[in-house]
Amino acid sequence: MTVTETTTGLDTVVAAGDGALVTVPAGGRLRIVDLHGNQAVDTLFYDAHDIENRYSAFDTIREQRAVFLTTGSRLLSTRLDELAVITDDTCGRHDTVGGACSQESNVIRYGEFTRHQHACRQTFLRYGAAAGIGQRQLTHNINFFMNVPVTASGGLTFEDGLSAPGKYVEVTASRDLFALISNCPQVNNPCNGWNPTPIQLLGRW
Amino acid sequence: MTHTHDMPGDAAWSAPVRAGRVITLTALNDGANASVLIIGADRLDRLNIPDTLKAQMSARIKPGMVLMSDRGLALATVLASSLDWHDCLTGAAPDRLLLLELVKHGFGAVDLHGCINFFSKVGVADDARVSLAFVPGHARAGDTVTLRADQDLLVFVSTAAHALSDLPAVGVAVQIETPEHTEDPDLREEAVRALRLTRELIA
Repeated sequence: MTVTETTTGLDTVVAAGDGALVTVPAGGRLRIVDLHGNQAVDTLFYDAHDIENRYSAFDTIREQRAVFLTTGSRLLSTRLDELAVITDDTCGRHDTVGGACSQESNVIRYGEFTRHQHACRQTFLRYGAAAGIGQRQLTHNINFFMNVPVTASGGLTFEDGLSAPGKYVEVTASRDLFALISNCPQVNNPCNGWNPTPIQLLGRW
Repeated sequence: MTHTHDMPGDAAWSAPVRAGRVITLTALNDGANASVLIIGADRLDRLNIPDTLKAQMSARIKPGMVLMSDRGLALATVLASSLDWHDCLTGAAPDRLLLLELVKHGFGAVDLHGCINFFSKVGVADDARVSLAFVPGHARAGDTVTLRADQDLLVFVSTAAHALSDLPAVGVAVQIETPEHTEDPDLREEAVRALRLTRELIA
């Protein structure tokens, strides 16, 4: 990752399959741009002053009474603190049920040939280390731009994305945050349109 | 040997469950809820709801599913249930009962992964955001769910009412048996792979 980080913001491109750890101050806005479309961006949020106070996918879903995230979604922690709010979204909906790919889950889903392919949880561990985020601190993440329909009959599938080149989502931090990002390298399902591509991170604070 | 006890509503309990043992939870009254977390033999590898769901193409827990860990191993198999929908999308009640049980075993808030709310159903609407609505009285007295431990486990159970329920909490009976043999139910190939890896490596 090449970072242009200043005291007032951030403008960087995260290459396909790479990641980032970004500190977003309270009130700061972080925009994630899907430069080429159909790119899943696996993201975790932590209270920068207490990483145990971390994003909780299922508490967030329960409290908003809806599965998908979009503008207005309050991203809650395991303590039910508001970590951030989605304040702009030109894609329309984002997943937080599907989790992040790992080498181990790829083996279960696709077979042994995937065991040594790069996966999001490797990226999370690599970039999270600087903030003290290890295996125990990894939890169920947000997949910005990813399309995981949940059906009324209780089914779940991974589908081709709804996103398109230039679509973006913006979160506003409710407290000082770490945003841990993996620009998903998955090539075994349509979550990245079978072709992982770069994303842009724009911070304003 | 068989262990049995009745949990009242609004209670929590945890115990080690050895590989091969079979846990049956039984609703003692209508509208029961049992929120369950599971941690594997190495005390790090936790039940991972997203991995469990996406590997088996389901947004609910039902019989014939393997409950999978962060590292792609089988923790437990849902051998049977009188219900075909157990909620796993809405987390535990925010009353911290499960957290206290985690602390007893040396864990903490950092381990509050997604749980299964056995006996509860949260209906999924066909609208743009996939709205959720709690289904009151999904479980009736006598409804059961039976899990087989596929490695040595720590199992954490809370009988707090579901966080979206207006009804009072009711009790759940726990039974742990040690059968000589259990048959695998019909499973998707992903679940078979998880079980095979677990048996090859640690079970």
